[in-house]
Amino acid sequence: MSFDVEQIRADFPILHQQVYHKPLVYLDNAATTQKPLAVIDALRDYYTTINSNIHRGVHYLSQQATLAFEETRQLVSEYVHARHGYEIIFTKGATESINLVASSFGREFVKPGDEIVISAMEHHANILPWQLMCAEKGATLRIIPFHVNGELIQEAYRDLLNDKTRLVAITHVSNALGTINPVREMIALAHEHGIPVLVDGAQAVPHLPVDVTEMDCDFYCFSAHKMYGPMGVGVLYGREEWLNKLPPYQSGGEMIRTVTFEKSTFGELPFKFEAGTPNVADILGFRETLLYLDRLGIDQIASHEESLMRYTLDQLRTIPEVRLVGDSPHRAGVISFLIGDVHPYDAGAVLDKLGFAVRTGHHCAQPIMDIYGIPGTIRISLGLYNTRDEVDSFTRAVKRVIEMFR
Amino acid sequence: MSIQEIEEQIVNEFGQFDDWLDRYNYLIETGRTLPMIDPKYKTDSYLISGCQSRVWLYAHHEDDKLYFTADSDAVITKGIISLLIRVLDGQSTEDILQARLGFVDQIGLKEHLSPTRANGLVSMIKQIKLYALAYHTKNRQRKDQP
Repeated sequence: MSFDVEQIRADFPILHQQVYHKPLVYLDNAATTQKPLAVIDALRDYYTTINSNIHRGVHYLSQQATLAFEETRQLVSEYVHARHGYEIIFTKGATESINLVASSFGREFVKPGDEIVISAMEHHANILPWQLMCAEKGATLRIIPFHVNGELIQEAYRDLLNDKTRLVAITHVSNALGTINPVREMIALAHEHGIPVLVDGAQAVPHLPVDVTEMDCDFYCFSAHKMYGPMGVGVLYGREEWLNKLPPYQSGGEMIRTVTFEKSTFGELPFKFEAGTPNVADILGFRETLLYLDRLGIDQIASHEESLMRYTLDQLRTIPEVRLVGDSPHRAGVISFLIGDVHPYDAGAVLDKLGFAVRTGHHCAQPIMDIYGIPGTIRISLGLYNTRDEVDSFTRAVKRVIEMFR
Repeated sequence: MSIQEIEEQIVNEFGQFDDWLDRYNYLIETGRTLPMIDPKYKTDSYLISGCQSRVWLYAHHEDDKLYFTADSDAVITKGIISLLIRVLDGQSTEDILQARLGFVDQIGLKEHLSPTRANGLVSMIKQIKLYALAYHTKNRQRKDQP
């Protein structure tokens, strides 16, 4: 099937509206993506046809909902090429996925004096859970620095790994700079030292084909809502051996084998990590997302976005006042930049009035802004439904901002 | 002039603008031309941090009235600050405490005070009210003493 953006846009009702009497141009896909009608309909269908609690009911509705729920797990596992469906844990978002690993891994494997390695370009969600866990355990957080172009310094990473390192946590794609990190090579290096690696894939799964088996990561985290799925659903992929070694994160219903007041035993994977009634409705909405993405083809999406990204960069580079922040040739999704000495907040306020949804500020990655010595950036992030026409009107809007603040 | 009167004056002035572009141009102009705070107060101790733009605020108290100077690193934020200060500068602590500042909405700048903007303005108003409350309470206690 050929990739027809206009036809695809028809699937996203929210895009066809005006804000401040201007056509909406949605360029904040790294914050959250819009949802195709199939996903929105699935939420309504769920509540009007099969709403029921799963895994425990012997009645018809519960069986239908359970089947669809487990089918979604299978679809997720195929989307990221996991070996087994039970290596996919549903959470409420990438943030919870990372917190799960930090908490359970920390309790079992981290002791005073140990080290956790993260990078200087992490989202706060991949900094704070490790920082808190390290503080509790008396461990130290070590940081991989990056070059001014936004690429991690591999020699520094190599030097950080030692026999005190317990785990490496890095982002696949930077949410503030757009850099695609060489995760496969970085994982291989950590594995030479027997160190497991968690990859934050929140900004990668909407844009690139992801293969966790080939990548050989031990944990991979992402959120449904950043890949055209509903809010409130996240995924943790964990390699079976590691998930079996970790203690449960939260406890409650659904995740047990036997419970007495003296001692309880916990269920098999994946249920050991899914305490309580899961977000069935949104997970079934996510099922439609995965089917939708499969119909479009992630390779086609990636190639459409890559050509649009290149076009956008070319257009922005024609404006002398535009200064890119992060300029790695390996990038996806995100372009961060500044316009002359205009404060990002001022630029964002004007772009908003012109109908553009962009993000300004530090993008929950304050350390990055400190490294560049800037208050923040203007960030545009592309999605599968963005067009060259939108990029052209954005370029004109940037010129208008320059005029206003001249 | 009272807070209410100055607010009305600003609403009338903004009534002359046709659209947001004129309003923003006015704010940018105001934000640029006003020297607002003595550089010695533009330090971290007077900083109100917002996550998008930063605001510095210095207040002093004379005869139960409060006087303010402030600044911001973003020009539009600074323009709005100049309006807020025009309304509140030299007013009594009691009047400042009761001020609703409805003019911001009436002149079409409400979104700059929304929590998603995180530009320091909301915190600045909160800080101004806190100063007013502190001085107001202190004065009352002084008067209540025999």
